[in-house]
Amino acid sequence: MTSIQDYAAVTGEDVIDRLRQLARPLKGIKVVHVNSTYVGGGVAEILTKLVPLQKDLGLDVRWEVIRGEERFFQITKSFHNALQGIPAPLGDASFKVYEETGAQNSEGLRSILEDADIVFIHDPQPLPLLRLCPNRKGKWIWRCHIDLSHPYRPLWNYLRNFVMEYDASIFSLADFSQPLPHTQYLMPPSIDPLSEKNMNLTEEKVHGAKIEFGLDPDRPIMLQVSRFDRFKDPLGVVRAYRLVKPSVPALQLVLAGGGATDDPEAEAVLAEVRSEAGTDKDIHVLQLPPDAHVTINALQRGADIVLQKSLKEGFGLTVTEAMWKGKPVIGGDTGGIRLQVVNHHTGFLVKTPEGAALRTRYLLRHPDIALAMGHKAKELVRQNFLLTRNLREYLSIMLARMFGAPERIELE
Amino acid sequence: MSTNTNAEPFIVKDCALLNIAIGKKARNLKEMRDHLLDIPLGSIYHHFWGGLLRYRFDEPEYNNDFAEWVRYCLQDNILAERLSIIDPAAFADLESLRQELLEVIEQRLDETEMITWAEIDMQFHFVSSQIIVFDTRERIEEPEQLVEAVSKMSGGSLFYHFIDARRRSPEMMDDFRLWLMPCGDRYEDLCSQLASVDPYFVSLVELRTQLTNLFAHRFQGVAG
Repeated sequence: MTSIQDYAAVTGEDVIDRLRQLARPLKGIKVVHVNSTYVGGGVAEILTKLVPLQKDLGLDVRWEVIRGEERFFQITKSFHNALQGIPAPLGDASFKVYEETGAQNSEGLRSILEDADIVFIHDPQPLPLLRLCPNRKGKWIWRCHIDLSHPYRPLWNYLRNFVMEYDASIFSLADFSQPLPHTQYLMPPSIDPLSEKNMNLTEEKVHGAKIEFGLDPDRPIMLQVSRFDRFKDPLGVVRAYRLVKPSVPALQLVLAGGGATDDPEAEAVLAEVRSEAGTDKDIHVLQLPPDAHVTINALQRGADIVLQKSLKEGFGLTVTEAMWKGKPVIGGDTGGIRLQVVNHHTGFLVKTPEGAALRTRYLLRHPDIALAMGHKAKELVRQNFLLTRNLREYLSIMLARMFGAPERIELE
Repeated sequence: MSTNTNAEPFIVKDCALLNIAIGKKARNLKEMRDHLLDIPLGSIYHHFWGGLLRYRFDEPEYNNDFAEWVRYCLQDNILAERLSIIDPAAFADLESLRQELLEVIEQRLDETEMITWAEIDMQFHFVSSQIIVFDTRERIEEPEQLVEAVSKMSGGSLFYHFIDARRRSPEMMDDFRLWLMPCGDRYEDLCSQLASVDPYFVSLVELRTQLTNLFAHRFQGVAG
C-alpha cells in the first residue's frame, strides 16, 4: 500500500511535512467517507488513495459504501446524467426507491455515522443518510464530483432539499456551485502521480505500446484519449488531423477510448468516427478496457501531440494526465481545460478543428518550444493538481469545520 | 556574538487557502459593478492576492482576476489595462480598494455604449477564501539566519509573512520588519529596503529570490 512518504519523491519533502503539520490537530478524529461503490468510477478511485493516506496522517478514517438493488443504481445513474443537464423521466416512484434505499442503508450505518466527527457524503446516492441520523454529532459535508453547472431543474430542486441540510458542500469548480445556504468549498480534482496511469514508465514499455497497436514508433503521433462522446469532438480531431496531414505526411492519429457496449450514443459516435476515418491506415481508433491504465499512460508518454478538443468539459483529467507527462495540450476552450491549459504557456486553447490543426503544425515544427511548454505544463500539475493538494484541502476543510469556519484559523 | 536584541525568535508559519464560492456571478460589466458594491471584502482580497498561491508563469499578463476576466471574457483591452495597474498594496484598506475598482469600472461604463456579455461558461464567479495558518515548528533565532531560512521558505510561508502580514498588523507591515524593528537602528536600512519590495507584481518564487538576495546582501555582503 502506498504511504504518504512515498509521495515525497514527487512533491518534495516539504509538501509532506506541511501535510503532517496540518494533520496534527486532527489526529484521532473520526472521519467517515460514504459513496456507492468500492470499485469502478472516479470517486472510488480517489477514495482508494485518499482513505489510506488520511489514515497514515493519524486520522481515524472509515470508508463505507451504500448498497441497493439494481433499480436503485439505474435511478441514480439517471440522477447522474440529469444533474449534468440531460433531462430524465424521474418521478415519485423513482424518488421512493431512492429514499427507501437510503433508509435501508441507514440501519447498518447509523451508529457509525452518528458517532463520526466528520462525514463526507460523495455524490447524490447516499445524500438522504443525513436525515436518517438524527443524533449525529459531527459535521456533514456533501462532496459533489459532478458537473452541476446546468442541472435538470426538476431533479436538482428535489435533491437540493437534502443538500441544504448539510453543514457545507464541495464542488470541483466555481461554475458547478449552486445557490445553497451553507459554505461551498471549491476543490478541483487531482491525479495520483504514483498510479498506474501516471507513474513513470520505461522507454521499452512506451515503445512496446506503440508496436502493440500497430503504430510506427519513428513517425509523429497525435493522440486524444477520451470516451466516444460528441462533447469530446472526436470528429473534430479527425478533421484537424486531415488538415495537418498534407504538410506532415508521416503523421499518425490515435483516438483511444473505452468500450461502447452499454452506451448507445457512444456506439453511434464510434461508428461515425470509424466512417470518417475510412480506409486511412494512419488513423487508429482504439477501444480499450476500463483497466488499461498502463496502456493509456504509455500512449500519452509516446505521443508527440496530445489533444483534448472538447466542446464541453467538466474538468478534463486526461488533460492533467498528459501535462503531468510533460506534454503541452491542445485543448478545447471550455470548462476546466481553461484552468489547466494556459494559452501559449502549457498548451493552446482552440475552438475549431482549424485551430487545433494550426497548433499541431506549430508544435511539430518547433519541438524545442513543445519541450519547454511541456515542462511548464508538468510544473503546473505538480503545484496544483496532484493528489497531495487534494489531501491538503480535505484536511483544511476538516479543520475549518472543526474550528467553526471563521475567515482565518490560526492553529497552535 | 548575537546580533539580535529581540529576545523572541521568529516563528515560521505556513498557510493553506481554501477557496469558497460565494454564490455570485457576473456576465457583464454592470453585473460585476453591482456585485462589487456589496461582496465581502475577503472576495476582493482573494481576487487580487489569491492568485499568488496558484502557480504563476514568469510574466503573468494580468495580476488580478478582474483584469483577466475583462480582457479574455469581455474582450475589453482598455479596461483590462486600467484594472491591471491597480496595486492593492497601495491602498490603506480593502474598502478603499473596492472604491477604486468601482471608480474604474464606472468610468468605463460611462464610456461604453454597448454592454458586452460573456459567454455562458465564461462568467465571473466571485470567490472568497479562508486561510488556515499553522506553525511549522521552525524558528529563526538570529537575523543572520534569515538568509538561509527565507531561501527555503514555502510559498505559503512567504505569503503569510510578507503579504498576509500587512493585512494582520495595524502597522500594515510584513513580519520580517516587525521582528527586526525592536533591534533599534541596527536594521533600519534593511527595514527600508524590505519596505520597498513590491510583492504584487512578482511571483512568490521571485519574491523569495528578491528577499533572499536582500538578506544575503545585508548579512553576507553578497550583492543582490
